[in-house]
This record gives sequence, structure tokens and C-alpha cells, in this order.
Amino acid sequence: MIRSLIASLFVSALLCACAQEAPPEPPQPTFIAEGRPVSLSDWGQLGVGGGELVLGDSVTPYQLATGLFTDYAQKLRTVWIPAEAGPAGYDPEGAFDFPVGTVITKTFYYPRAAGGPGYVARVDGDGMAHFDERRLDLEAVRLVETRVLVRREAGWEALPYIWNAEQTDATLARAGGFVDMILVSEAGEEALGYVVPNVNQCAGCHETDTTDGLGVRPIGPRARHMNTDFEYFDGVANQIDHWSEQGLLADAPAAEAAPRNVAWRGELPLAGEALDRAARAYLDINCSHCHSRTGPADTSGLYLEAHEPTGPHLGVCKLPIAAGRGTGNRRYDIVPGASEDSIFTYRLASVEADVMMPELGRALQHDEGVALIAAWIDAMSGGCG
Amino acid sequence: MKHFKIALMGASLFALAACGGPEESRDVSGFDREYQNTLMNALLDAQPGDVIEIPAGEFIFERGLSLTVDDVTLRGAGMDETILSFAEQRQGAEGLLVSGVEGFTLENLAFEDTVGDSVKISDSTDVVIRDVRVEWTNGPSTDNGAYGLYPVQSTNVLIEGAVAIGASDAGIYVGQSENVIVRNSRAEYNVAGIEIENCNNADVYGNVATNNTGGILIFNMPNLPRPGAGTRVFDNDVFENNTGNFGHAGTPVASVPAGSGILINSNDDVEIFNNRLRDNRTAHVIISSLYTSGYEDLGVTEDFDPYPETIYIHDNQYEGGGGNPDGLELQALRVALFGPTGRLPGVLWDGYMDEDKMVDGALPDDLRLCVTDAEVLNADAPNGFSSPQLADAALFDCTHEPRPAVELDL
Repeated sequence: MIRSLIASLFVSALLCACAQEAPPEPPQPTFIAEGRPVSLSDWGQLGVGGGELVLGDSVTPYQLATGLFTDYAQKLRTVWIPAEAGPAGYDPEGAFDFPVGTVITKTFYYPRAAGGPGYVARVDGDGMAHFDERRLDLEAVRLVETRVLVRREAGWEALPYIWNAEQTDATLARAGGFVDMILVSEAGEEALGYVVPNVNQCAGCHETDTTDGLGVRPIGPRARHMNTDFEYFDGVANQIDHWSEQGLLADAPAAEAAPRNVAWRGELPLAGEALDRAARAYLDINCSHCHSRTGPADTSGLYLEAHEPTGPHLGVCKLPIAAGRGTGNRRYDIVPGASEDSIFTYRLASVEADVMMPELGRALQHDEGVALIAAWIDAMSGGCG
Repeated sequence: MKHFKIALMGASLFALAACGGPEESRDVSGFDREYQNTLMNALLDAQPGDVIEIPAGEFIFERGLSLTVDDVTLRGAGMDETILSFAEQRQGAEGLLVSGVEGFTLENLAFEDTVGDSVKISDSTDVVIRDVRVEWTNGPSTDNGAYGLYPVQSTNVLIEGAVAIGASDAGIYVGQSENVIVRNSRAEYNVAGIEIENCNNADVYGNVATNNTGGILIFNMPNLPRPGAGTRVFDNDVFENNTGNFGHAGTPVASVPAGSGILINSNDDVEIFNNRLRDNRTAHVIISSLYTSGYEDLGVTEDFDPYPETIYIHDNQYEGGGGNPDGLELQALRVALFGPTGRLPGVLWDGYMDEDKMVDGALPDDLRLCVTDAEVLNADAPNGFSSPQLADAALFDCTHEPRPAVELDL
């Protein structure tokens, strides 16, 4: 992997030296109250020019403590609240209460790898490789898709955009699509049939409460995911503190008093409390948008939010209900001390559409994530029955 | 005697060994590959009240379809004329997922060979599924998707004229729902033909359930957000449900013995009458508690009631069956009690009753298990299956008030 990264950096350095165009001015962000803009650039959240992707004026980048795995994609997340709309309301558990006009974007991209336009490099962790201050070097990375969540009068709307081959703009793709790439790592090359979700599938994850009728909403901007440091262009700061200072967030406590998930970016091995906290953070961000007491997967009785106590509802010695082939002929979700007998690891490791968990958002196994959960289960004592 | 229990309610291992190889799936090489995007966009752009017509034809879908708009009708030209094939599905855990809608009608088309569940409808109200076929065309196989028609956590659900074939769990499964009718449908070659699980107020009638492992299942499972009670099963033809269990180990239906006609597990207030039960080789009706379902060991929340109560079985026709029960121990029991050519009686009961509710050694009248049309074999599970025997007919000689019909205004 290191070799391919160096190769990609080398290629990008050469290309950058040839670029003549000046860096673009940051675009002016816009709230579009109705309709479905065809081009991502219409929103003014992100701009392209001079071989760079730049953030719009007063658009704030952020990251999550532990991120959702999406086929080793890097993710550039941004939020913008119109100046007149006021700050988002703090919530210790759910997503912050963003005002009408808020636009959130998430751009999925990969470092380029040697081999051609379709070759991208695998980097672990839900990171932001090649993001520097307020720009992303397009000679070094390949943009795949940008998802826009806009808070309108009637509620949140999700709009997926797919980047063109020239990497100059992204076009609305409500029906989603496939983007075929070759993912390069030190282990070799593997085909990646990257799936861009359609707008209904957006709701499959983002409608985190099917009981309140409010539809889709953000998942990441919750206190426990946001309560981590970010390297802003003018220095490192905690995101909750920074958002409060910048007028993006109202009534938030100081960061140390807010809930906090551990920041796990693929570090292994872990033991003891560090292992437990990393595993719970991983399950929380990867699973609990559905597997909560209000989410679409409440039908299963499996709840994986960070605050759920251990027990059957967390999967410990819990029998499956409607897993079908997803059981892998294993009897319990978690068999303490025996990851090889646990349905959790079977489904996390699968890439078959009806077996894999999460159901959406990945076509590959997350090796480090599976290893983390396996280690967590193996460290439990007991057994079932 | 632990092995007896495994044989009674955990027949999957025996059955898997007996299950033949699957047939070939339908050849889809000539199917249309362009229409899939048209329909996906139509579903995304649908407005409340829209009727989306799918023409006659055979169409490939590489991704699961989804719908989140209220009051949409999705209509084909017939279950043998409009065929949506998911044999080349690359993504999506269902063929069609409908979630969070008020009003949905699906009719006159077929879903074939989905990788997972065929049609899942969750968290919705006023759902009609009419003259729809869901099928795995390779026949029964553990590799098939779990559920065929799968409404869950929904209110006011009507399934009629449906056909479900080859599901590795249940062909027609309604779970955690209120006010349910499944009628005039056919379920064949599934592990469970028709399953009503954790539902309140359900009617199942006029259906044909045959060649499944178990014909019609009325279950209540623990650790789910909604418990269920109150089901009528009547005027169904339930015969030759003798297909070896091809469910996935670990799923609830994997413990259903092949040759089960109608199976009640842990569910209360169930009335079973006027059904025609024939040649189900283990038993026409099985009444069991959670304690013999293979799910008794662990992880059950305290408020769950594992005992089937207020059961009323009457006026059914029984023919044949019980002569070749699934599992060596049940076979041995049959021979011991009824001789080499004998049959198990029409109703098999695990023998569990809630001791805490007993008054003077018997359940209160309103909770009793009433069986007036067949002999009952008490498997004596509470005593480790030590002395299974025909139950004293007086124990079951009772009646309950008929359950009211489910009324749907759809």
C-alpha cells in the first residue's frame, strides 16, 4: 500500500508542476429551497478549478470520531448554515437540530493509484487523505460521488451526485449507479463495484427514526461522533467547541462534558477498555442508524447504539429472527469468546447482498473492522447455553 | 431424552441431509435489461395516488427496487406475464422494499430469484398484495432468499391470490403487524408456507399450503418490539407438507419438523377450524411452547409469555398423516405407542402449561387448549419426554368463543 501511495503522490507531483491554472476563488454557498439542481456546483458548497476541489465560502469541514466504512473511500464532510438561519440546536443523543437552509455534503473519494484512471489506492480509516487546509488536490485523488443533505421547510432531502470523468462537476443521479474501479493495495489489486445509492436507499440509512414521521436526517453530526479534534487551517480544535465558537451550534456544553465515542481509525490490536470502546464506537456508527430502538431494523430486536447496555439486545446470545441465509448456520448474534461462532462476524465479513451487514454502502469487506469486532467478541467471557 | 427434543423440534439436520439438489434457475439470457432504470426512476419520482403500470415482459433487475411514497399502485399485466427477475442482482437485500408508506398496492406481477427477501414492506399501513407471485425458480434450496412476501410492522395488510414458492424461510410471512388477512393464496416448497409471527388480529383462510416443510405457522417470538396474539386459521387446504427442512440453522423455522401441517408456537388466542389437513407426515397440528422451539435457553425478556394459551381447534378434516414423522426418535415413539403401521394422532402437543396460572391443577377456562376434533399426543416435554402418551380427552374437551373476523376496509 505504501508503495502505491508513494507512486500516486509522485504522479500527482508531476502533474501539479504542469498545472498553470490559478487556484479558484471559493464559491458562494446557496440554499436552494425547492427542486433538484442537476449540478452539484449549483449549490456552491464545493468548487473545482486549477486542479483543486475547494470549499465554498464559510463552508466548514468536519470528521467523525469513528467513521462509517464505505469500501475504503475517503470522505470530505462539510456543513454550511446560512448566516441568517442561526445555529443548530445541540442534542446530547440525536443529530443536532439544524435550521432550514442548512446544507451538508459528503464527498467520497480515493487516492489515485498507478495504472490508469480507474485505479485507486486503498487507505484504511475513514480519513481525509490529501485534504489540506480548505482544498483537495485533484491530481492526487479521484472524486466518486458527493451526497447532499439539505434542510428544507418540509424536512431533509437527500440528493446524490456522481462526479464526471473529467472531475469538473458532479451530476444528480437520483437512481444512483455503479462506478467500477480497481482498488490497489500492497496485497494486490481487486475489482471494486462501487455502488452509489439511489435516493430511497439514502432513506434506508438516514431515516434513523421510523416512528416520528420526520423522514431522513443527518447521522454523523451527533455529539458523540463530533466530539473529536479537527485540524482546521488555523489550528487544531475540538469540533464541538469550534462549532460553538463559530456560531454553528447553540447551547452545547464544553466538549469534555459532551458524550464522546472513541476515535478508531483501524488501530489494532487493542485490549481491555480500549478494545471495548473502539468496538462499541464502530458498531454505533456502522450499524445503529438502523439497529436502534426507533430505526428501520428495530424489527430485529438488535440495538447497537453506543449507550445500549450489554445483553441480548446488544446481540449477546441473541437468536436471530429474520436473518435467513445471514445466519451462516451460526446460532447467536454474539457467542462470547467465540467470534467464529457469532453471526456478527459472519455478516460483517460477507459481501453477498442478502447476507452482508450493513446492507448498503459497501461492496468489500472491511478487514480491520471485522478484526476489531472479532477481537471484541473473543475477549468476552462466558458462552451461550 | 434430550435427543428426543431435538428430533421433535429440531429436525433440520436430518432434513438437510435428505434434501435433494436444487434444480436449475430460469434462464434469463433473453430478458430485457433496459427497463430496470425506467422502473427505478418511476418509483423514485412517484407521486401519491400514482398507478405505475409495468407492461407484460421479462425484465432483469440488477439492484433492489424501493418505494417510499404514499398511496402508490404498482401493477403488472399478470403474475405469469410480467416477470421481474433478480437472478443477476448485485445489490440490495430485497427485490422490492417499501417502507414507511400509507397505502400501497402491488398486483399482477412476479418477482423471481431475488438474492434476499423478495418483497419487503415495513412500517406501513393499508397494504394490498394481490395476485402476485414470488418464486425461486430453482426450487427449494438453502441458498434461496429468506422471505417471499414480507410485510412487517405494518397495519391493515391484505394478501390475496398470491403464490409463493421456494423461500428458505417463509413464503408468505407477516410479522409484528396489526389487522392482517392472508387469503386465497398458494404457498409451496417453502420451509414455512405461510407464517404469522407476532401479529395481532390475523385471519388466514382459503389458502393452499402444500409441499412446504411446515404449512401454516402461527408464532410468537421473544425479544421483538411487538408481541402478538389473536389469529384464525380456517378453510385452508394443508396437505403433504413433507419437504425436508432446508432452512438456515439458527433461524426459527429451521427447527420445524418436515411434515407439519399447522404449527402454533407460544401464541395465544388462536382458532383453527374447517381446514382440510391431509398427509402431513409428522402431525397435522402441532402446539408448542417456546420451551420446545429450540429457543428456550437464553436471552428471553421477562415479559415474554412462552406458553400457547386460549387455543381452539375444531371442525377440521384430518386424513392420513402422522405415519412417518420427521426424526428417528419420533419414529420410535410412533412405533412404541401405535405399532409398526400406526400413526401419530392429528394433534401433537409438547405438554407445557403455565404452572403459575393453574387453579386446582388446571388452566382457567379462558386459557385452555381446546381440541374437539382430534386426539392429542402429549409429548411430555416438561418431564424430559419421559412418558409421552395420548392425552386425556377431557383435558382438551372445551370450547372458546369464536374469534371475530378481521375487518379491513381496503
